[in-house]
Amino acid sequence: MESKKAQKKLGTEKLQRIIEMCIAIENHTVDPFLLNVDDIIKVVKEYFPQWEKPEELNLDAEAISHLASAIKLQSEWVKQRSTTLYTDPFLLEEKIAQATKDEIVSVFLRAWHPLVELEQISLFSLSEALQYWERLLPLKERWPEVAVPEVAMGTASWDELVRQRILGDKVFSDELEIFWRELKEKVKEKGTDGKMRYWDFVGADTYEETVHRAFMASFLISYGYATLEIRPLEEEIFIEPFEKPIAKIATQQSISIPISVTYDKWQKWKRGELD
Amino acid sequence: MRKKTKGVYASKMKRATHMLFYRRHHKPGVKGWELHKALGADYPKVLEVLDEYLANLDLQVKTVFEEEKTPTEKPSLEELDKARFYVTLRGELQPKESKMIGWRIDDLAGLAVAISYIISKKGQAPRKDVEEVLSEKLPGWKVGLNIDRYIRYGYLIQDENDQLYLDWRTRAEVDEKALIDMLLSAEAKEPLPSEASEKEIEDEKEDGEAEDE
Repeated sequence: MESKKAQKKLGTEKLQRIIEMCIAIENHTVDPFLLNVDDIIKVVKEYFPQWEKPEELNLDAEAISHLASAIKLQSEWVKQRSTTLYTDPFLLEEKIAQATKDEIVSVFLRAWHPLVELEQISLFSLSEALQYWERLLPLKERWPEVAVPEVAMGTASWDELVRQRILGDKVFSDELEIFWRELKEKVKEKGTDGKMRYWDFVGADTYEETVHRAFMASFLISYGYATLEIRPLEEEIFIEPFEKPIAKIATQQSISIPISVTYDKWQKWKRGELD
Repeated sequence: MRKKTKGVYASKMKRATHMLFYRRHHKPGVKGWELHKALGADYPKVLEVLDEYLANLDLQVKTVFEEEKTPTEKPSLEELDKARFYVTLRGELQPKESKMIGWRIDDLAGLAVAISYIISKKGQAPRKDVEEVLSEKLPGWKVGLNIDRYIRYGYLIQDENDQLYLDWRTRAEVDEKALIDMLLSAEAKEPLPSEASEKEIEDEKEDGEAEDE
């Protein structure tokens, strides 16, 4: 009885060693050809009749499975070495180092079949080109100059520029800060997990206002005041404000995310069909 | 072959010749689907006839299949549609002719070494290793310039990790297996006249890269 137990213990240890060896081969830390497959199969066969418990049989199966992987690696190694294009890099380096330039070129010329190409203008292409030239309008007709009336240089006040819609009524950075605060408040009120649906934020009563808000939101994201979370499978976009602007966004390589803010989409949002 | 069929094939061969010889895109050669569209589904047969015809001129129609997808048996029409076709030299260039087609012996030797080295490294090698091999026999200032030139011509390609691979032109022009076999086994068949003297190298150094492209 004692002897059977000792035998079993020895067998278990041997199987474990085999598994470890195979794992090392699988991890490419040991040469697969250090493994003597015949010897291992002999060991596995020898102890197999003694295994009774499920864990013992499991260990046996595991050893066989890892052995199969190691044999596969051996076969891949042989296959790779026997492919027609396999070359021992050291041998080749040696040959390259020994050969003269003339010898290398001579060999290369026997394996090189350069492409053949023609470059030639034909009468047909010339006549086509001439016809095109005849049909081509002069530059001044294609790109008519905008008649800019000459005016004397003068000064314009801030209010005038705002009235002419050249400038907004607020400094852009101030406007962006206000917009950011609005986003943070809205997220607190209506958002979940610190974010809210993009359309619920940019959507407004009029389409023009919606486009303006989408425009501002794009700056919030570009300047590191907020970020987008896109869920492609659900086709949902969330906007999430940062507590403080993140400066490194501008220094990292950024990606552009196009979001179409079409009239149809805006109408769908108004009707609550975007949910 | 009936007279009418013969006429159709002759006309298709002419069309195929125009498409193959004159560059239509940035890269030379024609995609199979372009030939399919222009010549019809029997374009492989047209190319076969053209290839036989070109053999008399020591040229051939070369088919380059998509990377890693070279069929082992007769390629299907679908595989041919995705392949690229070129006209290349069928036979070998004589050593003296290499200069005639615009290559200096040093540059050609460098190309041969770079290609063989990359093949021996299973198709991928760090640029610095290739530079090291080349700098054993080429002046240091020339090594980088040459590798850049091989990349520009489409023989090699470099990725963002400075690894070099073989590019489309090597696949089209070079019989990789023959190159390696010959390099390992055969002695040079015919030594070149020693035309690349040190003086010539010095001259080129002075000329810089003005001749390039």
